[in-house]
Amino acid sequence: MTATETGSAAATGTFAPRPGAAPLPRMIRAQAALETRMLLRNGEQLLLTVVIPTLLLVLFSAVDIIAVPTDTAGGAGSSVDFLAPGILALAVMSTAFTGQAIATGFERRYGVLKRLAVSPLPRWGLMTAKTCAVLVTEVLQIALLTAVALALGWSPHGNPVAVVLLLLLGTAAFSGLGLLMAGTLKAEATLAAANLVFLLLLVGGGVIVPLTKFPEAAQSVLGLLPIAALSDGLRDVLQHGAGLPWQNLGILAVWAVLGLGAAARFFRWE
Amino acid sequence: MRSTSPGSDPRTPGRESAVEIVGLVKRYGTKTAVDGLDLTVARGAVTAVLGPNGAGKTTTVETCEGYRRPDAGHVRVLGLDPIADAAALRPRIGVMLQSGGVYASARAEEMLRHTATLHAHPLDVAVLIERLGLGSCGRTPYRRLSGGQQQRLALAMAVVGRPELVFLDEPTAGLDPQARHATWDLVRELRADGVSTVLTTHFMDEAEQLADDVAIIDGGRVIAQGSPEQLCRGGAENSLRFTGRPGLDIASLLKALPADSAATELAAGTYRVHGKIDPQLLATVASWCAQNGVMPDAIAVERHTLEDVFLELTGKELRA
Repeated sequence: MTATETGSAAATGTFAPRPGAAPLPRMIRAQAALETRMLLRNGEQLLLTVVIPTLLLVLFSAVDIIAVPTDTAGGAGSSVDFLAPGILALAVMSTAFTGQAIATGFERRYGVLKRLAVSPLPRWGLMTAKTCAVLVTEVLQIALLTAVALALGWSPHGNPVAVVLLLLLGTAAFSGLGLLMAGTLKAEATLAAANLVFLLLLVGGGVIVPLTKFPEAAQSVLGLLPIAALSDGLRDVLQHGAGLPWQNLGILAVWAVLGLGAAARFFRWE
Repeated sequence: MRSTSPGSDPRTPGRESAVEIVGLVKRYGTKTAVDGLDLTVARGAVTAVLGPNGAGKTTTVETCEGYRRPDAGHVRVLGLDPIADAAALRPRIGVMLQSGGVYASARAEEMLRHTATLHAHPLDVAVLIERLGLGSCGRTPYRRLSGGQQQRLALAMAVVGRPELVFLDEPTAGLDPQARHATWDLVRELRADGVSTVLTTHFMDEAEQLADDVAIIDGGRVIAQGSPEQLCRGGAENSLRFTGRPGLDIASLLKALPADSAATELAAGTYRVHGKIDPQLLATVASWCAQNGVMPDAIAVERHTLEDVFLELTGKELRA
């Protein structure tokens, strides 16, 4: 259906019926823009997605709190080389998982999803718009964090295609898990659990604390976490100039399939 | 019904009903929320769905909106199946939920504009905002709107896409009298412009003021349907009340009255006659009084309100 001017011969009053869905691309664009504004307008979300990653990056680069493994001997530049990929992974997790889970959980709770379900926008259109909003937010985060890291002396290596692939698969994996949580738990439970998981994965997922600091037995399990696969994969490429880190890509792909599959199966709209 | 009078529904191409429900059953676990409900909603009319809490009103409306899958029965909305034909139906209906439905941090005008963007031929948002008195809070985030402002925003969102049929779930709950009248005016205008409206409400005066057709639901079924006038006339007996000296002989009065009548002394000297209240019955009562030397001052025919009918049909006990 195309949008034409209102006021045709059939219309006699202000409210005279003239129903019709807007063209799909317009609906999805509008929804994505709205979702992005909602994400960026939320102060607590910004704390999680922008302030914490930036602070961690600056703090741990400038102050040698945790001894990080570096390629070359010493120097501030090499500690940021270790940290920056982990912080990028954290940024992806904060938006795709924590932020999306909390926002969607409350949208479900307050009937936003219910109301949208009877709008002309199809469900897959809504999910597409949400994904776009997450990706836009991530682009902004990555631009900011990259600028900060470069200012701190970061010298990234590697294949940009591998980086984009890792970021996209990581986003898919975390989105699936976030939506699964938002669609099955109560909003308050999602709020608490998503923050707790964020904190645990921040510490135990190789973001700022190298996995080698953990006992050997723990390392093999922690290495299977999506956050560990993402930060390790990004580090392989950006710090060590590796090609395509297949193992990490594989782990992320499995999480993405499991998470998105479970979310599609168990997500409750009300 | 007014809906069938000439000129009130000029644009009903298929002539089919706006909503047609036959034998709807909906269970939640072991609880049967809707139990074989039949309801037809005319095009271009305002239909009020009344019922005590838990009667099955919201379940019925939400089945029409495509939220609930019927366990049995047949539901057609604008001739379409609400679930199988959801994509075709959604642009044609407007929905106002009982509460919520808006992002907590979305501003009122922003949300209404967004809803308009999802439709091909939306109303002028600025005019609608003016109309519903939302101008002063257009930039206020939803969570900081008053309850009444939130209700009016939800109503605006339901009509902005110029739907053929709108579902309003308790549209005036919690509104002050001014906002209530603004809502009523809007519903009347929807009807005048040919939009079909289904509204659930707890307010009998709202149904009396607005509805062409009233359906009273209880225990998951429609127990009465008709225009407010029909329901008040036919659904319940009317009564005649008069005062006289205490202790009149009711038995002798009953002998004079038609067989299906009843008479009681409500309080000392206050009498009520139940039955088919017509001029003949009034004359019978008056002549019985004359024979018995009673001066019936304050003789009055009591016309039942919709509320009387409702309470008579659904009982007076409190519901969960």
